[in-house]
Amino acid sequence: MSRLATLIDEGNRPVVTAEFPSIDGGGLAAVEKAADELRPFVDAVNATDNPAAHAHASNTSIAIAMSQFGLEPIMQVVCRDKNRIAMQADIIGASLFGIQNIACLTGDDVTAGDEPEARRVFDLDSTQLVKVASGLAEGHYLSGRAIKQPPALFVGAVENPFAPPLDYRVMRALKKAEAGARFLQLQIGYYPERLENFVAGCVEHGVTRTTALIPTVVLTKSAKALSFMDESVPGISIPAEMIARVAGAGDKDAIAEESYQLTLELSRHALSLPGVSGIHLTDFRHDGSLERLVRDLRIGPAFAPDPVASASGTTSV
Amino acid sequence: MPKLLPLLEHAVKKPVWDCRMCGQCVLHSTGMTCPMTCPKTLRNGPCGGVREDGHCEVKPEMRCIWVKAEERSHSPLNPHHWEEEFNELRPPVDNRLQGTSSWINLINGRDRRTPAGWDGAARERHSAVPGASMVEVDEPTTLPEGFHS
Ligand code: SF4
Repeated sequence: MSRLATLIDEGNRPVVTAEFPSIDGGGLAAVEKAADELRPFVDAVNATDNPAAHAHASNTSIAIAMSQFGLEPIMQVVCRDKNRIAMQADIIGASLFGIQNIACLTGDDVTAGDEPEARRVFDLDSTQLVKVASGLAEGHYLSGRAIKQPPALFVGAVENPFAPPLDYRVMRALKKAEAGARFLQLQIGYYPERLENFVAGCVEHGVTRTTALIPTVVLTKSAKALSFMDESVPGISIPAEMIARVAGAGDKDAIAEESYQLTLELSRHALSLPGVSGIHLTDFRHDGSLERLVRDLRIGPAFAPDPVASASGTTSV
Repeated sequence: MPKLLPLLEHAVKKPVWDCRMCGQCVLHSTGMTCPMTCPKTLRNGPCGGVREDGHCEVKPEMRCIWVKAEERSHSPLNPHHWEEEFNELRPPVDNRLQGTSSWINLINGRDRRTPAGWDGAARERHSAVPGASMVEVDEPTTLPEGFHS
């Protein structure tokens, strides 16, 4: 079992996951530097798969490198760039290196990236991929071909409680849970009441019996960053009052502080919801705010060390 | 007739549902909205990119087909079981069926055939189904042991 799976299972404290920065050049030293910054404060980190349809060092390579630097990876696999054969091969290949946490995503469309001319694949959708990845852990490929000594995968997915059709999002989460998703990282969102309804719906429909919900918050520094996400990131919408609140805070420092306070409030709210198992952090500030946030929230390995996991000597893969 | 059927099916379904002839029609379980018109060809619900106004991430001028489908799945005009089927997990598309008639595939059950692993079972290492593990090769005798396994 991965460390993340153990922590979620035990449920003694909220888990903290984060997004690994995209790596292009700089060799493994670049990975090590980013890993060093995150390691003390998080339980596991997402190795992204060409986020926003921009090519970067691959999900498998980053996941493997991360684990070599003592950071537990959650390897994202998106359906946009590869067919079912290649995605299964990536998961099985990564598992040789001890990668166990797999997050299955549809993926932003190619038109969101800098190579909109690319062919989109979407041979499987994310729910189908959850089921296929779970099958790998059960000992067979999608074809049915057996895998001797299958990898112990911890398969999850993402869901967006903030995008229409709002009422249907719980059903989609349920479908993913039934397909085998053991955790759902939730999209960035600025509508606390939508998150509340979604989480309550998931509790009501039994999603949380099998599947951990992990909402996402973002650390930003400016109102411009919020406007950018609102306008340009697929599936993210931010209420105008929230942007105005940050924009109207005063000078640059005051705005940065107000942005931080907004993130802190959203985090506290998310963690207060029964059915939420942890939080996912995306850091666009890179100014030590991530550490400040986990300290203020008193979560994560640095500020709420888990006696059971550390006493039993559980280490990351 | 079998040759004409795909043409006829396309002639009927294209104008109404913008049919893409995937050969495995699921229209009734998706509120009579064709999931193959989703730019990501998703068959199990909307992606996370749906815009605040319910329009498509990829084509802002178009309503997300899954927003439409979800609405229509509740339509009182549909038989009740269609609403339930909306939430079912639909299997991956069999890309070999592209361009064939889903009507024929429905009648002979071809559209419901899924890979063995989809239904959970690991196949025996040496499949009893002739050709099930066959790969296209010029000279099968030169393959190393275990190639088919
Ligand atoms: S927004 Fe809707 S129609 Fe557009 S790609 Fe996503 S699921 Fe498909």
